[in-house]
Amino acid sequence: MAVVSVTDLSYTYQFNTNSSGSSVLKDISFSINEGDLLGVIGPNGAGKTTLFSCMLGLLKNYKGEIKIFDQDIRKNSFVLQNIGYIPQQKSIDQGFPATVQEIVSLGLIGRKSVSKDKLADALQMVDLSGQNQRRIGELSGGQQQRVLIAKALVHEPKLLILDEPTTSVDVETQNKFYSLIKNLNQKNNISIIWASHDLDAVNKIASKVMCLNRNMFFHGETSKFFANDELIRMYSESSMQLHMHSHLNANKNPDSIQRTDNDAPMYTSHPANMK
Amino acid sequence: MVFEILQYSFMQRALLSGVVVAATCSVVGLFLVLRRQSLFGDALSHAAFGGLAVGLFTSIYPLWTALVVSVLASLGITKLRQSTRIPPDAAVAIMLSSGLAVGIVLISLSGGFSLDLESFLFGSILLISMQDQIMILILCAAVLLIVIKLYRQLVYITFSEDQARVSGINVSGLNYLFIGLASLAVIASLRLVGVLLISSLIVIPNITAMMFGKGFKKTAIISIIIAVSSVLVGIVVSYIANLAPGGIIVLLSIFILLGSISIRSITKKTKSDKDDITSLSEAA
Repeated sequence: MAVVSVTDLSYTYQFNTNSSGSSVLKDISFSINEGDLLGVIGPNGAGKTTLFSCMLGLLKNYKGEIKIFDQDIRKNSFVLQNIGYIPQQKSIDQGFPATVQEIVSLGLIGRKSVSKDKLADALQMVDLSGQNQRRIGELSGGQQQRVLIAKALVHEPKLLILDEPTTSVDVETQNKFYSLIKNLNQKNNISIIWASHDLDAVNKIASKVMCLNRNMFFHGETSKFFANDELIRMYSESSMQLHMHSHLNANKNPDSIQRTDNDAPMYTSHPANMK
Repeated sequence: MVFEILQYSFMQRALLSGVVVAATCSVVGLFLVLRRQSLFGDALSHAAFGGLAVGLFTSIYPLWTALVVSVLASLGITKLRQSTRIPPDAAVAIMLSSGLAVGIVLISLSGGFSLDLESFLFGSILLISMQDQIMILILCAAVLLIVIKLYRQLVYITFSEDQARVSGINVSGLNYLFIGLASLAVIASLRLVGVLLISSLIVIPNITAMMFGKGFKKTAIISIIIAVSSVLVGIVVSYIANLAPGGIIVLLSIFILLGSISIRSITKKTKSDKDDITSLSEAA
């Protein structure tokens, strides 16, 4: 049974009723099996977050079909409860008064009681035992990210979706995070879909790679992608093209600024050399 | 003298109403402040002002008309935020000035401010009737019970709407419900604090509590203690000094805020001095 099966997925953002909109995903099809760790790579604006938003039921007006554990998410949204989601890192307001334990327990919403053992286990998994009474705003960016992972893990999901979780954290924290997701995948047998710009980390950790650039131009074994110079060259070129396209669109239509990012990575050298 | 004051039935009504209003405003206010919606209280109270004027103009019990107008305004403001391109602060400004404009037009039509309308603007202890008190108690009880029941869901949408949505929470419905509850809290506070100062009761105790509270629940409890103390002392002082209670209550809560900021900066400095001394002695 496929954990995730996506067929002919397309999504277009409608900025206003008069425009034809901005197509972000076109005919994406892929699937992952139990125990897979899929690295999703692609420049900013390539559609990674949009893909995840469709899979999580946050965006509903997509074309195509998304099945999680063989259930169409449009017909059975309860299946989404099997997913743990960690969004892009945003710093949490320092004044936010909730403790680590209160945040992690939010992952158990819908359950009749909050098991303290489960909370402790989740915090131990992310190496934050003993920090449960600290205010989340007082923690470092890396620690906050681990709290969010604990929140995602506490309801024992079978699938984790991580959207660029290590943006704006230091290298040491990134490395700890990579070990953590590797352990979760291998020891706890949790299937993981992980968007990242860190090609080196994806090469080392992911079992499969999907390369997105609004269209999907590769989905398969990690080793096959990184051994193929032609694919990596295509990836670099498509990143550059999307970056330029984003700039042109931003100049034409101020609305599109929200959907593009001036920090899109420009691979001036071969990505394989960035390791 | 304080015990003597407590013998008066209007003071008993004012104090009882004050306690429940303070507790309700602090609990609702904590979510509003953390959701960056501190000015919603102002917008809702000004919309309620329009509703009060409608009630006084049509000789309907004004708190009922204020309730209807304020709830409609709260739903309107949420709809504006969710479905149009109007920025949230602009939506608040629109609602605030619309309520005030309706109120002013109706006041002009009825020939000027009446004593009753003035008491709603600045708050009054003497004018809290038994009918007002029953309404205040019912509104506050309803708001507190619903917030307690939906506490974790409300914390979740305050922390992250997207993550709450992924967990299966009906975020849009909960937003409408919460703003509706906030408008009920505003209506319950109108008699005591007055239209012009309600948002301070919603915001200031929570800002103070957030400096000390470790955890959402503890912060809410500290905020309730600060708000209830300010309201109780404020009501007694305003009676003794014959001043509008709203102003005294807000000044007291500001005094507590300033005191807390001073204490915090002193303790922070002492802690950092101690840390410096420890580091120096360790280095030596």
